Amino acid sequence: MDKITQAEKKAAKIAKRAARTRGQKWTRRGFITASVIGGGALLIGVAIRPGDRTDELAKLAATGDESLLTAWVKLSPDNTVTAIIPHGEMGQGVHTALSAMLAEEMEADWAAMDIMEAPAEKAYANYVLGREFMVNKDKLPGFVLGTLNGAFLGITKAMNLQITGGSTSVRFTGVGAMLTAGAAAKELLLKAAAKTWDVPVSSLRAQKSYIYHDESGKTAPFADFAQLAATFKPSLTPKLKARKDYTLMGTSLPRVDIPQKVDGTAMFGLDAHIEGMKYATVKAAPVHGQSVASMDASVAKAMVGVQGIYNMGDYVAVVADGYWQAQRALEAVEVTFTQSAESQLNQAGVFAQYAKAFENAKRKDIHKEGNVSQTMKRADRTHEAEYNVPFLAHACMEPMNATAWVKDGTCELWTGTQNPLGTRAEAAKILGLKLEDVTLHTAFMGGGFGRRAVPDYALQAVKISEKTGMPIKLIWSREETTQQDHYRPAVTNRLRAAIDSDGMPSAWDSLFVHKMDPPEASRVPYNIPNQNIEYVESPLHLRFGPWRSVDHTQHGFFIESFIDELAHKAGQDPYQYRRKLLAGKPRFLAVLDAAAKLGNWETPLPEGQARGISIVESFMTIAAQVVTVDVNGDMPRAVHVACAADAGMAVNPDGFKAQMESGIIYGLTAALYGDISLEDGAVMQSNFHDYDMVRMDNAPDIDVVILQSDARLGGAGEPGTPPIAPAFANAIFAATGRRIRSLPIGDMSGVNVG
Amino acid sequence: MVQLRINGHIKTVDIDPETPLLWAIREQLGLTGTKFGCGISLCGACTVHVDGQATRSCVTPIGDVDGQDVTTIEGIAGADGTLHAVQAAWIKHQVPQCGYCQSGQIMSAVALLSENPNPSDNEIESFMAGNICRCGMYSRIKAAIKTAAKAA
Repeated sequence: MDKITQAEKKAAKIAKRAARTRGQKWTRRGFITASVIGGGALLIGVAIRPGDRTDELAKLAATGDESLLTAWVKLSPDNTVTAIIPHGEMGQGVHTALSAMLAEEMEADWAAMDIMEAPAEKAYANYVLGREFMVNKDKLPGFVLGTLNGAFLGITKAMNLQITGGSTSVRFTGVGAMLTAGAAAKELLLKAAAKTWDVPVSSLRAQKSYIYHDESGKTAPFADFAQLAATFKPSLTPKLKARKDYTLMGTSLPRVDIPQKVDGTAMFGLDAHIEGMKYATVKAAPVHGQSVASMDASVAKAMVGVQGIYNMGDYVAVVADGYWQAQRALEAVEVTFTQSAESQLNQAGVFAQYAKAFENAKRKDIHKEGNVSQTMKRADRTHEAEYNVPFLAHACMEPMNATAWVKDGTCELWTGTQNPLGTRAEAAKILGLKLEDVTLHTAFMGGGFGRRAVPDYALQAVKISEKTGMPIKLIWSREETTQQDHYRPAVTNRLRAAIDSDGMPSAWDSLFVHKMDPPEASRVPYNIPNQNIEYVESPLHLRFGPWRSVDHTQHGFFIESFIDELAHKAGQDPYQYRRKLLAGKPRFLAVLDAAAKLGNWETPLPEGQARGISIVESFMTIAAQVVTVDVNGDMPRAVHVACAADAGMAVNPDGFKAQMESGIIYGLTAALYGDISLEDGAVMQSNFHDYDMVRMDNAPDIDVVILQSDARLGGAGEPGTPPIAPAFANAIFAATGRRIRSLPIGDMSGVNVG
Repeated sequence: MVQLRINGHIKTVDIDPETPLLWAIREQLGLTGTKFGCGISLCGACTVHVDGQATRSCVTPIGDVDGQDVTTIEGIAGADGTLHAVQAAWIKHQVPQCGYCQSGQIMSAVALLSENPNPSDNEIESFMAGNICRCGMYSRIKAAIKTAAKAA
């Protein structure tokens, strides 16, 4: 108990300092200071690059007598170690996890650490994130190319990344950069101490931001050696600790961002303030890709507080003294938009278009193994099914917003973004400014989930400020946020399996429409000797974007539902059936077994209740879930979710559990309600009455068990989401005999009609 | 001209009385802890107390609260900065993720406990169902409310 209180005190202390730093960025004066200090995201790989990069960074990130040791760590004269974090905080606890990784290797005193979000500077670009994609010979994720307009090629592409997404923070930035940076910093300090005291490096040790020479009893704070240490080149390959020697990693450190999130002081994009700013709101063409055809603003212009109404090409903007005045005026603007063939498209038409694409479009390979067609021909039995999922919006709690001030050939921008450097680069481009003339201040994100990787809202704020010459806070309504999202695509998947005499699949044939990332999402984890996985393109006018776990969300549902069908066809227990197909894959088996145990798989349930199981690997984390469903009411209700996950190790176990809980509720909302549909080419849904969320009264109890393995660190933010829809739907099948092949599930009438 | 007592301070706001309380709190009174989520009282992010009652400020015209007591997230800690039992429980259970909905969640929870100091699970669920947490921290919110109830 004492220990927790102590830890909480530390968190509060750290948070207070972090808030102070953050607070500085929100005033004009503070902002100037902050830009010199360098605030945003910094980064990766830079620390393990020799020489000049670090010098370049030193100009940005260090002021006065602070010495910059590596790209990610700053040491102040008062012996405070500052972790410079290159990722935005959207609730995933990344500031805490990454700082802990740095402190672990550096032997820094966690209680005396500061955290700073790195500035949107090229030197901080997320090099390791990019390199992972290059090394894997995969192209960069589509959403990155989209936000950067494909402007960067080859390795330079990787060098311009500064993305929070793909559950990459801990597994790429943390492993690739924070650990290395911490270890490199420690080595430099030890080397400096050895030189100063004229003793061998091997006789020194570092602990809690001090260096000790036990033989002589000499001890001194890190800071005493900062000046000298900064003259050495950091090692490219500092020695890293073994996992067993970790003292911070693997412990549930209280999150540093939480105290400010319980007293209203946390600064989100919506809370940015510039003296004299005006409020803007917009209405964009409901059919994506169309533009304003006509606009009559005569009534709206005369309304109290209205500063101006503008035709911005593909949207109308109203600027007023307050948001509510702007919103009311926008409702009074009479606007028509251009029409096109897409303006006729409805949801049935979307799936009809996909069906045509299956017949006519060129098939592209994802994976081929063995001989599928021959196996199908020779098989005693085959089984096939078609699955569909709808478009999904992100529904971040914080509507899209950004605050911009374009003046005198510069631009300042305040916003919550998963892509600070891309946002800054795009802003510079549309203004015709140099990158260095655009300053981006990042804020907490009120939900990201992939939506805030796309900077469209920030660019609108920039354009409106440019047009009016005023500092502008742009706020989208909930309706605009719902209808101008970048959606998870609607996807159809046709699956077919050959079944051998033991009831096991001998061939797997998968054909689907729409592929984003990652490319392995449609692959099956099971040992099936013949496989053919292909997709076709079927372009739509609706904008797509990454949605929590990206392609894994739909393919997790397709694969784990279809495997469940095969198990039932074979008359076998779905858990044991999966076990057979995972022979020789100990990590998968351990996770599956742990979920089955936690979910009491074998224990009988009362009438109207049943269990479903699933397992999905995504972003290098394997997660299995057992859902207990109750179908006695009007809605199928997930009563309990048991989740087991192996991410190699969980850097912050409580934070990891929270991410699993969050991913489960996020995926359950989609499975139960999530349905964005088109009518006359436009999104029909608008607010939470027609795009509802799981709330406390229909949220399941969730238990999470974390498995440790020696695998590389996996992600946390996304892997909880893919298994929930299939486990839930499989449970409904077990309870009712109705197979859910189309989401959302909706109420029991939908289940009964099938 | 509307006069109200906000977090104990009497303030006068010169604004169209139809303006939702939410925007007056944020833009005129400069208290940004109260959040905008949906604008039509479906998500609870804007929850404040009006004379102690949990109220969705996004649909409450400021004219309707003339002369009343309004409390926001900034006003529930003690004068000496001591956190409210609900806030302390929120930290203890590490409730917030993105944190955007949490001002509203906390204000709802405080209102719940003031009218029902020992709520059952069902009572918590039904009172809190008006507050969406898109990060899905419902188990933690429920646990924190129980902890706060014990502490009070």
